[in-house]
Amino acid sequence: MPDKMHVKLTVNGEAQEFLAEPRELLIYALRERLNLTGPHVGCDTSHCGACTVIVDGKTVKSCTLFVAQANGAEITTIEGLGSPDDLSPLQRAFREHHGLQCGFCTPGMITRATKLLEENPTPTEEEVRFGMAGNLCRCTGYQNIVKSILAAAAEINAAKEAAE
Amino acid sequence: MKDDVESREDRTAGLKGLGCARRRVEDLRFTQGKGNYVDDIKLPGMLHGDFVRSPYAHARIKSIDASAALALDGVVAVLTAEDLAPLGLHWMPTLAGDKQMVLADGKVLFQGQEVAFVVARDRYVAADAVELVEVEYEDLPVITDPFESLKSDVVLREDLEPGADGAHGPRKHHNHIFTWEVGDKETTEQVLEEAEVVAEEMVYYHRTHPCPLETCGAVASMDKVNGKLTIYGTFQAPHAVRTVVSLLSGIEEHNIRVISPDIGGGFGNKVGVYPGYVCSVVASIVTGKPVKWVEDRMENLMSTAFARDYWMQGKIAATREGKITGLWCHTTADHGGFDACADPTKFPAGFMNICTGSYDIPVAYLAVDGVYTNKAPGGVSYRCSFRVTEAIYFIERMIEVLAIKLNVDAAELRRINFIRKDQFPYQSALGWEYDSGDYHTAWDKALAAVDYKGLREEQAQRVEDFKAGKTRKLMGVGLTFFTEIVGAGPVKNCDILGLGMFDSCEIRIHPTGSAIARLGTISQGQGHATTFAQILASEIGLPADSITIEEGDTDTAPYGLGTYGSRSTPVAGAATAMAGRKIRAKAQMIAAYLLEVHDDDVEFDIDRFVVKGAPERFKTMKEIAFAAYNQAIPGIEPGLEAVSYYDPPNMTYPFGAYVCVMDIDVDTGVPEIRRFYALDDCGTRINPMIIEGQVHGGLTEALAVALGQEIAYDDLGNVKTGTLMDFFLPTAWETPNYETDHTVTPSPHHPIGAKGVGESPHVGGVPCFSNAVNDAFRAFGLTHTQMPHDHWRIWKTANRLGLHG
Repeated sequence: MPDKMHVKLTVNGEAQEFLAEPRELLIYALRERLNLTGPHVGCDTSHCGACTVIVDGKTVKSCTLFVAQANGAEITTIEGLGSPDDLSPLQRAFREHHGLQCGFCTPGMITRATKLLEENPTPTEEEVRFGMAGNLCRCTGYQNIVKSILAAAAEINAAKEAAE
Repeated sequence: MKDDVESREDRTAGLKGLGCARRRVEDLRFTQGKGNYVDDIKLPGMLHGDFVRSPYAHARIKSIDASAALALDGVVAVLTAEDLAPLGLHWMPTLAGDKQMVLADGKVLFQGQEVAFVVARDRYVAADAVELVEVEYEDLPVITDPFESLKSDVVLREDLEPGADGAHGPRKHHNHIFTWEVGDKETTEQVLEEAEVVAEEMVYYHRTHPCPLETCGAVASMDKVNGKLTIYGTFQAPHAVRTVVSLLSGIEEHNIRVISPDIGGGFGNKVGVYPGYVCSVVASIVTGKPVKWVEDRMENLMSTAFARDYWMQGKIAATREGKITGLWCHTTADHGGFDACADPTKFPAGFMNICTGSYDIPVAYLAVDGVYTNKAPGGVSYRCSFRVTEAIYFIERMIEVLAIKLNVDAAELRRINFIRKDQFPYQSALGWEYDSGDYHTAWDKALAAVDYKGLREEQAQRVEDFKAGKTRKLMGVGLTFFTEIVGAGPVKNCDILGLGMFDSCEIRIHPTGSAIARLGTISQGQGHATTFAQILASEIGLPADSITIEEGDTDTAPYGLGTYGSRSTPVAGAATAMAGRKIRAKAQMIAAYLLEVHDDDVEFDIDRFVVKGAPERFKTMKEIAFAAYNQAIPGIEPGLEAVSYYDPPNMTYPFGAYVCVMDIDVDTGVPEIRRFYALDDCGTRINPMIIEGQVHGGLTEALAVALGQEIAYDDLGNVKTGTLMDFFLPTAWETPNYETDHTVTPSPHHPIGAKGVGESPHVGGVPCFSNAVNDAFRAFGLTHTQMPHDHWRIWKTANRLGLHG
């Protein structure tokens, strides 16, 4: 077994440091070392997106990234996107518009949608559907997920306008 | 006091009871990443289990050498059938009366079969050790075709005594499992013989898989100090799992606690009992440490719970005017290496005998032959009540085939054959009593909503345009009218492993007027914590927001048979209402005492009991709850609790009318769903928001199955669709928007008239998508083409019909 590697990460604003085998996947480092069990493993092959997290400003499928590759990165998981007292607009919108059922894909969905709305604050339905195509849901048929994301976009934009 | 001025409407709305689009209580934790799924569970000292699986579909095992694996640092144990045999656990009973190897005992019968179970310090070491276990195989002839299997000299199940009966009667061949017959064979065959018109077709419903986003898994923890075994698992029926584990292991049932935590979708995948569950329990007993086993996606698709694989040969007899006079069906059912179908004991082909559908068919006959092949065992009901999707797909294709034979409109053909409203309760030719329905009203509403006549005119024009070379796109109009049979079921004819299929609810009202209710079911995304509180709110007059719903922990919840086959609302929902009524009956006596009148002089009114004729004199349920705990009331025990075990008198029969409008590019084979209209009648509607969500989801799973999702094997029994690269799950990009609609025909026997809805859109959706594809080619001579209708197969159909010039 090759030597363990020294890994430093900033996860949801907190500095983390540990030794990990080079083959350790980011998803297991998050879930099993750091107990951040919001991101899930659904397929192991980058198809389902349940493991989506934000690494240095990009949404990444953490089941196919070695934690060593993320060395030095800033990582945000679903746990870092809102708090019980201050839910993010997307977290609120998913509940309001019934954008989830079993909840297994939801952390990845909301994480991906967070980035999508940062990159494109006023997406069309088509752009939402295209931008979310890397995240699979087996329960909702996506209709209410799309609705949730469009509603959150409208809310974020209205708040921005009010602030200006 | 505030209550005096609040209107009745406000009081009703404040409860958030039946009919309210109440937002889900589950969502707060799920949207924050704070769900608690099996793989999230981490116990001190926990070990990880992983399987050595067979690369062969049929092979003899010559030897297993685990020495190198055991020598690896961090490996704690490697279990084989030899280790399990002394415990009698190398085989386990299946839900279908067969038995299944937990770990390969001398041979393997399908690719991916469990051969050895490695237990190690972490998942990486376990995976390393799996590679180090040396298994020597001698390959045997592979059979992947059920028809060939019934003719083959190759004996798949050498453990079964030749010539001996199976669990469901005589076996005709060494690879035959059972024959199940329903209906009147002689009369049906006579009707077919004498019929003016007979339409025939072989309708194949291909093998697929429920594929919930969370795979199956378990964490078993044997506490040797206290003699207690705790199992967390992806179980759709936790109480039944406890009983089975007790019977298999000899551990007394009170010493076993089974917990289904949050479940990331089930769709039938998590009904079965899998070797991984058994091995994690044994490994925990052997090592004295908690053991986690979670399958990966490939293991999920290859080894746990396939669905369908029914070859349905059909004949339908009719008059020249289109009145159906008889239906005949012979099904060859591919069950794989072991018969592990998840059906009630007396129904080896599930409720396939609902295959007369929504039509008044005077005589019918159904026979199903179960067959062993070298494929994975399973046969679960993927988002449907037992084999109902197969049955409805069959009849809804046969109706279309008959319409072509008669050269009539398929919508009209359905209409003239529907069971009429005045015929309910309706006795079907294959033995069911349909509880209620109003099919003509639903059909008319659906056809009007989509302007059916206009669609057919547009389609005819499209055919002309295509023939004139003006377009390369054909248009299909898919129709489906389905009737489901859900809510299993009456204990008199429905059991699983001898356990009657009742369900239960236990309610405890707290002194301050809030409550907890526990049920024998388990949500996998259906939102039980939200909807069951709504049923109770309307029954007991306390706000849904003040009622906690809990399921899935066998130490606290009352016994029930779990959640599948759309049975939660029909059975546990009924138990909830009945338990609520017991609470209300006691509350009535308390209210009468407090108001100093006779019990019969008070009546329930939304959230209170009022004195009849004097509505200003009342006690709210909140006041009554407090009184139950702080007043000595003569003749009444303190406290306010109730429990109900509900044995339903009948199944429920939800129905619906679906229309799909599809454009098909004949040169690429790509279908584009232009419109999908779904009218569902699930009886009383508890939460319209959740119903709509269930319909969207079920339709999307139907789209997947109809348009490409399959578990495919090559001739050597290799699984060709073992990852999400090959196994089709639609994304947001290819999924359309759906239009939902409803009628309401309550179930006459359910306490609140509800019928269940989660599976309807799948049952109705699959034939609707498939009929649309078939219909697009009807004008060019196509009668029937098999699913799945992926782009390649659609292109081939177009090519076969000469549409590529």
